[in-house]
Amino acid sequence: MTEEIIIAGFGGQGVLSMGKILAYSGVIQNQEVSWMPSYGPEMRGGTANVTVIVSDERISSPILNKYDTAIILNQQSLDKFENAVKPGGLLIYDPNGITRHPERKDINIYSIAAADEAGRMGLSKVFNMMVLGGFLKLKPIVKMENIHKGLEKSLPARHHKLIPDNEKAVTIGQDLIQPVHVL
Amino acid sequence: MEEKFAHPELRTPENLVYKRTDLLVDCPLSYCPGCGHGVAHRMLMEVLEEKEIASKTIGISPVGCSVLAYDFLNIDMLGAAHGRAPALATAIKRLWPSRYVFTYQGDGDLAAIGTAETIHACNRGENFTIIFINNGIYGMTGGQMAPTTLPGMRSSTSPYGRDTDIMGYPLKITELIAQLPGTYYVTRQSVHTPAAVRKTKKALRKAFDCQDLGKGISFVEIVSNCNSGWKMTPVQSNKWMEENMFPYYPIGDIKVDGELIEKLK
Amino acid sequence: MGELRLMKGNEAIAEAAIRAGCDGYFGYPITPQSEVLEYLMAEKPYETTGMVVLQAESEVAAINMLYGGAGTGKMVMTSSSSPGISLMQEGISYMAGTQLPALLVNIVRGGPGLGTIQPSQADYFQSVKGGGHGDYHIIVYAPASVQEMADFVKLGFDAAFKYRTPVMILSDGAIGQMMEKVYLDDPIPRRGDEEVITQCPWASTGRPMTREHNILTSLDLDPAGQERLNLRLQEKYREIEEKEVKFEMLDCEDAEYLLVAFGLSARICQKAMQLARDKGIKVGLFRPITLFPFPKKEIRKIGEKVKGMLVVEMNAGQMIEDVQLSVGCNIPIEHYGRFGGIIPTPDEVVRVLEEKIIGG
Repeated sequence: MTEEIIIAGFGGQGVLSMGKILAYSGVIQNQEVSWMPSYGPEMRGGTANVTVIVSDERISSPILNKYDTAIILNQQSLDKFENAVKPGGLLIYDPNGITRHPERKDINIYSIAAADEAGRMGLSKVFNMMVLGGFLKLKPIVKMENIHKGLEKSLPARHHKLIPDNEKAVTIGQDLIQPVHVL
Repeated sequence: MEEKFAHPELRTPENLVYKRTDLLVDCPLSYCPGCGHGVAHRMLMEVLEEKEIASKTIGISPVGCSVLAYDFLNIDMLGAAHGRAPALATAIKRLWPSRYVFTYQGDGDLAAIGTAETIHACNRGENFTIIFINNGIYGMTGGQMAPTTLPGMRSSTSPYGRDTDIMGYPLKITELIAQLPGTYYVTRQSVHTPAAVRKTKKALRKAFDCQDLGKGISFVEIVSNCNSGWKMTPVQSNKWMEENMFPYYPIGDIKVDGELIEKLK
Repeated sequence: MGELRLMKGNEAIAEAAIRAGCDGYFGYPITPQSEVLEYLMAEKPYETTGMVVLQAESEVAAINMLYGGAGTGKMVMTSSSSPGISLMQEGISYMAGTQLPALLVNIVRGGPGLGTIQPSQADYFQSVKGGGHGDYHIIVYAPASVQEMADFVKLGFDAAFKYRTPVMILSDGAIGQMMEKVYLDDPIPRRGDEEVITQCPWASTGRPMTREHNILTSLDLDPAGQERLNLRLQEKYREIEEKEVKFEMLDCEDAEYLLVAFGLSARICQKAMQLARDKGIKVGLFRPITLFPFPKKEIRKIGEKVKGMLVVEMNAGQMIEDVQLSVGCNIPIEHYGRFGGIIPTPDEVVRVLEEKIIGG
C-alpha cells in the first residue's frame, strides 16, 4: 500500500498539522511516511500545502506532481491541484469560499462542509480534523486508535486537553462527507 | 656566549637578580628593534609564570605584527584569521572553562576587521582576556592607516595625514567596549618606561585574576610605538607617543570591578 | 536499542549531534536551516550532556568559533545555508590548512546571491572543489533522507577526527524541512577533557611542561614548508579517495540506462526510475553518497555496461563534470537540472530521459 496525498489550503487552516497527525499515525502503525511542507513566506497568510506519503515500502520521492488524494481547502489550491490527481484518484474539498467547483470526470470527488459545521459547533480550531475524518472514512489508511496516539505525539503536552475535541471532530467529519461525483 | 661576558665569575646564583622567563622561547623576536611588542610579551609570560597557570593557558595570536607570537610564547597557541581571535577565544573558553584564555591583537585586527567579534565577545560577557596593542598603524603590511591612526597622522594610505572629513575618526574602541555590561575590567597602559612596564604587568595580572571570578571580559589596551611605521627612531617615537597618542588615548583604568571610572560616566 | 521518531531533517541533525557526544554547536540563523539551532536551544543539552550551544553574531564568527573549538580537540559543529556557508569559506580554508576536525552542515538554498529560500543543489562545486582559497578538499556527504541526516552526523565526526579535516553534510532545504521516520542511536557520552587531551595530542589544550608547546596555524612563511604541508594534504586526500567512497546503486543489474543523482534529486530519480520501468525502460540509479571523494571507479565501471546516463541535479550542471571525467565520452551523458529552488518532478525526468538519452 502506498498513498500519496496533497493537503492544500490557506496558512492557518491547519493544513500542515493535519498532515503531521496523519504521518504520526502512520509511524505508529509501523509504516514508512514522509511529510514535505511547502515552506517559506507563503506559509504566512498565503497558501500552504503539504505532501504526505504513507507506504508499506521505502518511499522514493517525497515531492510529487501526481497524487492519489488531494485534500483541498481553498480556491487557489483547487485550481492548482485538481489536475494533479491521478485518474481514478480522490479529490476532497471544502466548498466554503469555492466559486469554481471541480469539473473532472475521471476522478472521485467528495465535498465536506467542515468549515461551516465547525463554525456552527464552535469547533473552528479543529476544523482540519473534520476534514481528516472525512478522508479516513473513504480511505481508512490509518486506524482511529493510531490517530489518537498520533495526536498525543504531535501535540505538545499543554494542548493535550484539546484531544477530545479533535477526536470528536474526526467522528463528525466521517458523517459530514458527501459524494459529488463517484466513478 | 660565556666568553663574551666581561666578568664570568660574577654569574653565580647568589648574584642572580633577573632571569628571562622560560615561558619565552629562546629565539630572536621578529619585531623591529624599539617596538613595544617584546616587552608586552615578556610581561604577559611573567604573569602566567607567577600565577603558575602556563600549563592551563591557551593563547590566540592575530594577523598583524604579532602573527608569529606563537613562536615566542612557550605555551599552547592558535593563530586566528584576521580579526577573529575573540570568536576562537569564545569557543575555547566555553569548551574549556578550566583554562585561562587570552587573545593578543593589534589595532587593525581588533578595531577594524574584527570589530564585530570584539564587540560581541565583550557584550556576551565572555570570560577571557583581550590584550590590545594599539600603535595607530598597520605595522606588518608596511605602515598603512589603522582605525586608531590619529587625525593628521601620516601613513602610507594617508600620505598627507589622516583627513577626518574623508577618512573618518580614530576609533576609541576601548572606551566603547567599556560601556558594555559584559566587560568587567578595562584599562589602558603603555610599556615605554620602566614605571609604565610595571603598571602594565599589574594590569595583566589583574586581567588574568578576573578570569577566576568569571564576571566577564578583562581588556588591557597597551598604547605602543611603531618606530618603523611612524618613521622615527625608537626614542623619538616614544616621545611622539607621549605627546600625541596619550592625549587621545589617555593612560589609566577605564572600568574596574565592573564599574566605570567616574569621569567616563 | 535506539529510538524511533518522526522528525524534520534539520531536527534530526541537531538530535543526532547531541547523541554523538558533540561538544559544541555554533551557528547563526538562516532559512531554511534555523531549526537546528532552535532545536538545540529548546533541548538545552548544556544542562544534560554539557554540550555548548551558542548563537554567534555572524556566520563569520560561528566558523571561527568552530576553528577555535576544533583547535582544542573538541567535537564541534555548525550549520548554515548557502549565503552563510559562503561567508564561512575563509574559516573552512583555515581549518583545512591547519588540519582541524569539524562538522559543517549546508542546507542549500537557491542562489546566487541572496537567491531564494527554496531547496537547491547549486553549492556542489563550492563544497567539493574547495570553496575557499588554496588547494584543499573537505569530505562531503550528501544525505537523501532524514535518516541519513541523522546517521551522517556521527559518520561525519568520525571521519573528521580520523583525517583531521572539516567534513560537510551537503543537504538542501527540502530534506531539512521534511519529516520522516528516524531511528536514533543511543547517546554516546561526551569525552572528558583528559580523553580529549590523550586522543588529540596535536591540540592546543594547555601545555604540560612535559611536551613542547602546540601551535595551530596554517601560516608558514617559508614556501618550502608550505609546499610540504600541501603535499601532506594531497596525500591525505588520496587516502580519503581510496578509503572513504560511499555510494548506492538501485536496479543497476539489468539497467540499459542510468540516472545519476545525489541527495533529494536521487529520491526524485528513484520515483522516475519506477515510472520508467512501468513503461518497460530498463533504468537504474547511481547515487554518490560521498561527493568528495567522488565514486570515480564505481561509476566508470557501470559506465561500461549502460548505453547512456542522465545526470539530474538541482543546478545548471555541476556533478556532471565529475561523472564525465570518470566515465569518459564513449556513451552519451546528458544533464537535466532545475534551478533557483524549483524541484524537478519524476515525470520531467522520465521525459528528458526518453528525449535526450533513449531517443537521442
